[in-house]
Amino acid sequence: MSVLEIDRLSKSYGSRAALTGTSFEVRAGEIFGFVGSNGAGKTTTMRIVLGVLAGDGGEVRWDGRPIDADLRRRIGYMPEERGLYPRMKVGEQLTYLARLYGMDAATARASMERWTDTLGIAERRDDEVVKLSLGNQQRVQLAAALVHEPELLVLDEPFSGLDPVAVDVMSEVLRERAAAGVPVLFSSHQLELVERLCDRVGIIAAGRMVEVGAIDELRRHEVPRWRVDGEPAAAWAPGLAGVRVLAETGTTTVVELAAGSEQAVLAAALAAGPVREFALERPSLTELYRDVVTASNGTEVPA
Amino acid sequence: MSAWTIIRLVAAREIRVKFTSRSYLLATGSMLAAVVLGGVLINVVDSSDPLKVGLTPQTSSVADAVTSLSGKGDVETKDVADEAAGKRQVRDGDLDALLTGTPDRLAVVVNKDLDPKLESVFTAIAQQQALSAQIEGLGGDPEKVASSLLSAVPKVTQLDPAETDGGKVVAAYIVGILIFLGLVTAGQLVAQGVVEEKTSRVVELLLATISPWQLMAGKVLGIGVVGLTQIAVVVAGGAGTASILGLVDTSELNLGATAISAIGWFLIGFTTYALALAGLAALVSRQEEVSSVISPVIMLMTLPYVVGVSIGTWEPDNPLVVWLSRIPFCSPLVMPIRIAGGGVPAWDVLLAVGLSLAIIPVLVWVAGRLYSNAVLQTGDRVKLLQAFRADRG
Repeated sequence: MSVLEIDRLSKSYGSRAALTGTSFEVRAGEIFGFVGSNGAGKTTTMRIVLGVLAGDGGEVRWDGRPIDADLRRRIGYMPEERGLYPRMKVGEQLTYLARLYGMDAATARASMERWTDTLGIAERRDDEVVKLSLGNQQRVQLAAALVHEPELLVLDEPFSGLDPVAVDVMSEVLRERAAAGVPVLFSSHQLELVERLCDRVGIIAAGRMVEVGAIDELRRHEVPRWRVDGEPAAAWAPGLAGVRVLAETGTTTVVELAAGSEQAVLAAALAAGPVREFALERPSLTELYRDVVTASNGTEVPA
Repeated sequence: MSAWTIIRLVAAREIRVKFTSRSYLLATGSMLAAVVLGGVLINVVDSSDPLKVGLTPQTSSVADAVTSLSGKGDVETKDVADEAAGKRQVRDGDLDALLTGTPDRLAVVVNKDLDPKLESVFTAIAQQQALSAQIEGLGGDPEKVASSLLSAVPKVTQLDPAETDGGKVVAAYIVGILIFLGLVTAGQLVAQGVVEEKTSRVVELLLATISPWQLMAGKVLGIGVVGLTQIAVVVAGGAGTASILGLVDTSELNLGATAISAIGWFLIGFTTYALALAGLAALVSRQEEVSSVISPVIMLMTLPYVVGVSIGTWEPDNPLVVWLSRIPFCSPLVMPIRIAGGGVPAWDVLLAVGLSLAIIPVLVWVAGRLYSNAVLQTGDRVKLLQAFRADRG
């Protein structure tokens, strides 16, 4: 099973600490969403994994082995700063990159053809990259990360600048790669997308991982919250032990209650009148993100 | 995958891109055209038309004497029907002179003046005829006397052979200019290539799989092949033109040795300058800034180049030329000019080659360090010392 372990990485640029003991792991077949505000340390972490930046401390391991040049050749990388030879043809460029990653000429060519087909840029193979639209250049960039059949994907903001169709194509590719057992690490500011796509997420703030876990685990309040769509809270809530009304909008009431007391609350609400909805209230990733980032920075951060 | 495989892949890309680039093909084509046309032009200017001498049926027997006395290809003879026809041709300018009369009593018809060269030839023939008549009268063998006369030439010792060998001077010029142009062109390709990868950020993608020194080495190797091809094509074109047209037949110039030294010194010079430029170009991130790193290096090339072509071509033994031809960075631009001039001792060439080769490992180390440290730093220009000291990251 291939596992990417990021172990206590640290990195400073002059006096500014970019990473302070960042640790997490990405498991085989898992899509891991890496979120955090600008400058939190996502790109720095990814660049250290790829060896284009040297960390000050800590280690990156893959299957327990520190990552070296040979292992790196099996990673597919999409840098934050997109980069391709602008005046080189799409097909030639992808074939060249695949060969740099160690594929022989015939395999490289076949793989280039397959990925340009998959990503819908087959008819642009003979065009120079600079002639393509930004969205298509982005697809070529993803193809560049995939063309050598990597066993690990590290993608920095793969969704930025994509149109909705391209987002779907890209999501599908990531899901398909993960299903093939490839660990996928990607960063994004599009939290709804991360929530939809990822198995696990890590939230980084000021160079430190503040939350790491499965989405469902993270999207849980310490004290469970329930949403009740029925009679106003005043008609049933008072008198129930351990129940706190948090908000009321229209006919919907959000209450915080002790674990295990939800049946008693439902019964009380039903006794007061019809209940149209009774459900566990889960915070969205966006809310969660705001909470943890605000807490760790002490400032308001836009998602 | 071995380092060599990677370097070869990188080099192959450079070669493919440059060989298909219009500007490269255009530059090589125009340099080739320049040396070939130059050769043809020299040939035309050099070989003025031979003088034409008309011979009447009575004087046609002296044809051999005229051509053999006048030296190779300078005078042509032409038989005319009779004296009147010959005179007409002289008047029309088709003939420079017409020989009439009989072999032992020659008369010359010219339009205005008799060419001094022809005059001496005709005088010699007349004298020979007179001499033969006298010898025969004395009972001797005129043939024998003629041959012993021909071999009676005084030996000449030149105390100051000031006569410059035109072929060598021209070859030295051409070699000097070609190497300079070749080095400037190829050096610029290296610098632009490095900055192009930085500007387009593709370098980050590349360095995620290969190491900086492999990328640099592949680039230098690939552009080296490209530049070498260019100079080899032009040198071969020039040498071929010269040998086909017989431009250097009268010169002591060793065409083969000059061509090989030009190509060899281009290689040494390219390696030296390409490494320096690759290291320096990694410091900047924008194409506009490339010139700021290239110009000091081109200045460094210009000095020995100017000394080489302005002094070295005429005075290959000038002390400044001799010393510059030994110093690394200068020798590739000066030594081939001296070699074209001839007479450079083997030890001198070996010394120059040895010194240049000796600094290459140092350059590889310095350039590799600058390149690795600076190539991923985009934005402002990286300071030289900072790039030299800092380790990557």
